[in-house]
Amino acid sequence: MKLDSKIPEGPLAEKWTKHKFNLKLVNPANKRKYDVIIVGTGLAGASAAASLAELGYNVKAFCFQDSPRRAHSIAAQGGINAAKNYQNDGDSIYRLFYDTIKGGDYRAREGNVYRLAEVSVSIIDQCVAQGVPFAREYGGLLSNRSFGGAQVSRTFYARGQTGQQLLLGAYSAMNRQIANGKVKMYNRTEMLDVVLVDGKARGIITRDLLTGKIEAHSAHAVLLCTGGYGNVFYLSTNAKGSNVTAAWRAHKKGALFGNPCYTQIHPTCIPVSGDHQSKLTLMSESLRNDGRVWVPKVARPGLRAADAVNIPESERDYFLERRYPSFGNLVPRDVASRNAKMVCDEGKGVGPTGLAVFLDFTDAIKRDGKKTIEAKYGNLFDMYQQITGDNPYEAPMMIFPAVHYTMGGLWVDYNLMTNVPGLYALGEANFSDHGANRLGASALMQGLADGYFVIPYTIGDYLAGMSNEKVSIDRPEFQEAIKQTSERINKLLTIKGKKTVDEFHRELGLTMWEYCGMSRNEQGLKTAKKKIQEIKAEFWSNVNVLGSGNELNMELEKANRVADFIELGELMVDDALSRSESCGGHFREESATEDGEARRKDDEFTYVSAWEYKGDNQQAVLHKEPLVFENVKLTQRSYK
Amino acid sequence: MKVTLKIWRQKGSNDKGSFKTYQHDHVSPDMSFLEMLDVLNTDLIKKGEDPVHFDHDCREGICGMCSLYINGHPHGPLQTTTCQLHMRSFKDGETITIEPWRAKAFPVIKDLVVDRTAFDRIQQAGGYVSVNTGGVPDANEIPIPKKIADEAFDAATCIGCGACVAACKNASAMLFVSAKISQFALLPQGKPERKERAERMVAQMDAEGFGACTNTKACEAECPKGISVTNIARMNREYYSSVISSYEWQVGGGE
Repeated sequence: MKLDSKIPEGPLAEKWTKHKFNLKLVNPANKRKYDVIIVGTGLAGASAAASLAELGYNVKAFCFQDSPRRAHSIAAQGGINAAKNYQNDGDSIYRLFYDTIKGGDYRAREGNVYRLAEVSVSIIDQCVAQGVPFAREYGGLLSNRSFGGAQVSRTFYARGQTGQQLLLGAYSAMNRQIANGKVKMYNRTEMLDVVLVDGKARGIITRDLLTGKIEAHSAHAVLLCTGGYGNVFYLSTNAKGSNVTAAWRAHKKGALFGNPCYTQIHPTCIPVSGDHQSKLTLMSESLRNDGRVWVPKVARPGLRAADAVNIPESERDYFLERRYPSFGNLVPRDVASRNAKMVCDEGKGVGPTGLAVFLDFTDAIKRDGKKTIEAKYGNLFDMYQQITGDNPYEAPMMIFPAVHYTMGGLWVDYNLMTNVPGLYALGEANFSDHGANRLGASALMQGLADGYFVIPYTIGDYLAGMSNEKVSIDRPEFQEAIKQTSERINKLLTIKGKKTVDEFHRELGLTMWEYCGMSRNEQGLKTAKKKIQEIKAEFWSNVNVLGSGNELNMELEKANRVADFIELGELMVDDALSRSESCGGHFREESATEDGEARRKDDEFTYVSAWEYKGDNQQAVLHKEPLVFENVKLTQRSYK
Repeated sequence: MKVTLKIWRQKGSNDKGSFKTYQHDHVSPDMSFLEMLDVLNTDLIKKGEDPVHFDHDCREGICGMCSLYINGHPHGPLQTTTCQLHMRSFKDGETITIEPWRAKAFPVIKDLVVDRTAFDRIQQAGGYVSVNTGGVPDANEIPIPKKIADEAFDAATCIGCGACVAACKNASAMLFVSAKISQFALLPQGKPERKERAERMVAQMDAEGFGACTNTKACEAECPKGISVTNIARMNREYYSSVISSYEWQVGGGE
């Protein structure tokens, strides 16, 4: 299979402008003749729904939550990057591009990343015009801060709730189009299949989560804006409902899955407290701007936060500042996470489980005063206290890395189209512009870039090339997909085994975290592959889902999603096995430098992995899209 | 810890519901309230009983999907969301009563799950600034005094959970509606449409069957995000000044 990224020719800075000019347009009067299905209403989905409806297309939007405003983009805390250079500190589109390429460990496309940096400036303008209340300075202008891995202040924020404010902005724009009748919204509706007609994506199959009704919807194009798959690890910072089902079903219908093993482990999360744990909570990494990360120099098992204040400076190891003097506590996420794991592996971890490090604000409070720190992080400190019962103004926080974001996703070309014509993937759902590691405050940027400023241009090119004739859902392709979806639901309901869905999910999660988490090796990955196959076999013979298919049945919803996570888990392991280099969030123990840093193998692995589904229990097939660097020189990342 | 749970069970929107009592013997103080229910549900499934349905998603206090009326308070005894409430806030041996939000405009779907789409429809009636994607001025073109921006932000932090409605004896949605109206009334971007926005959102709120406000401030006391009733005062001001200055009013001779 030949993978064509469709990156336009020409100088980097002119690619997108030229491409926009070369894209075909749909006549304004004809746009209303085309229907577009959008699955997911987070930043990417809601912004795409609003923007496409404003252009005149008929949009049908779907979310599994009770309201589109609940999509998990809402939980993003820290901020959104944009190359505005409002701070006069040397930022530029090229610098944001360069930082993103470097931060992603040279595993993203130059053309895509440059476009992302280019449109970042328009996103901020758009959001402010919608009434998004970004943080401001006393003079009334927008405030910026520096954020993990960046040496300029280019991050716009709204206290610790930037994702919420941006999503509510996109939600409001979409609401306006719902009121206009240009977007038809389906709440509590889950997509369970993509339907192809003559090789093109022409619709989806959904299940109404309240009535259980399986329905078909047809359109001229389908956009998957369904987020990431971090919940494959069971414990992650994702919402409980976040799932891979839409992307996975698309994969099984022929869409290639890109870089599935690239997972981001976020360094600043609240540690696990017990077996009942249902999810992990992220503490924004903006905290690392003022907090200092440390462990005791000599192991002190079980050390509590309240007792940490008694440990003298000379007995503390500020390990990030020690190992990376120029970046200190602001090293990128993958580096910070691995170092936390390393000191815990050495037995220096703190707290009851020994799987935690301190994040200390004592110096910042001394320097800036409690009031300033409260203004910056008040809601995060409150949240921490709520969950742990400890007060971070008085004793250091305890943090540990947790799965947070997945850089992998459906393979897409420069137009955000998968290899299936008419099937697009936006936001975290695509394999994206972050390479092997995403920088802080770049997820919001990418979701909104895709939805507001890329897809409105690129979808026109595709639609202009096809007839506006609608396809009927009475066609056999739709009816067959409905039948298969119903059969799968019935199967899940009739197994009536002994184990709950959560038990399988936990087992899968532990396997993934152990063997395919923060560090990976060949033997472990082979073990994981075998284990996952066993979990899959047992799931389909021993899962217990009560109730029926024609009512609100949350166990059934979970079972349907976990079955897909199990299959995805195996593909992630395959991908991690095949990539025997370390890069970004993917750390192969066999490929490390002498002092334990990740070592890339550019000669062998400068490509995107794109996996093709070959059938149930068949080995997936790897395709490679070579990455071409014409502008930046590949160097070993160093934050020393 | 051990707790006794009295939980509202209701098969469907048209079925009659009732309280059912469960003994829950393995509760840890570090569990969140929802994790405590997860464990109960696992036990129920093992016994072949239908698990308790409740809404939840992000479990970090921001999506607004979790609800639950716990011991007579929306989201329980603390001013937070149910997902952020932990069992250390309860006593060993305590009896905990769990109900769905009770409001005519929030019909029960199943057990503790209610239909809050009325909130979406109110937002659709005018909770936006009418700008299309593209063609907007530079973000720093219009300076906004920090005090105003902060006040707008405070209103904008509403998570749309509906606790205000559940807390109110009239099941009024005015705190929710006023938060959005306030955010846009304060910001220069929202000013051109402020009149129509206030009128349309209030009209939709009434059409959905929410009650009126009688200033008990129960909503503010229970709001997990601390949205202030000042917003309700601002909404009333927006609404009345809109009505008396409207063209219809002027053309009709002020009647």
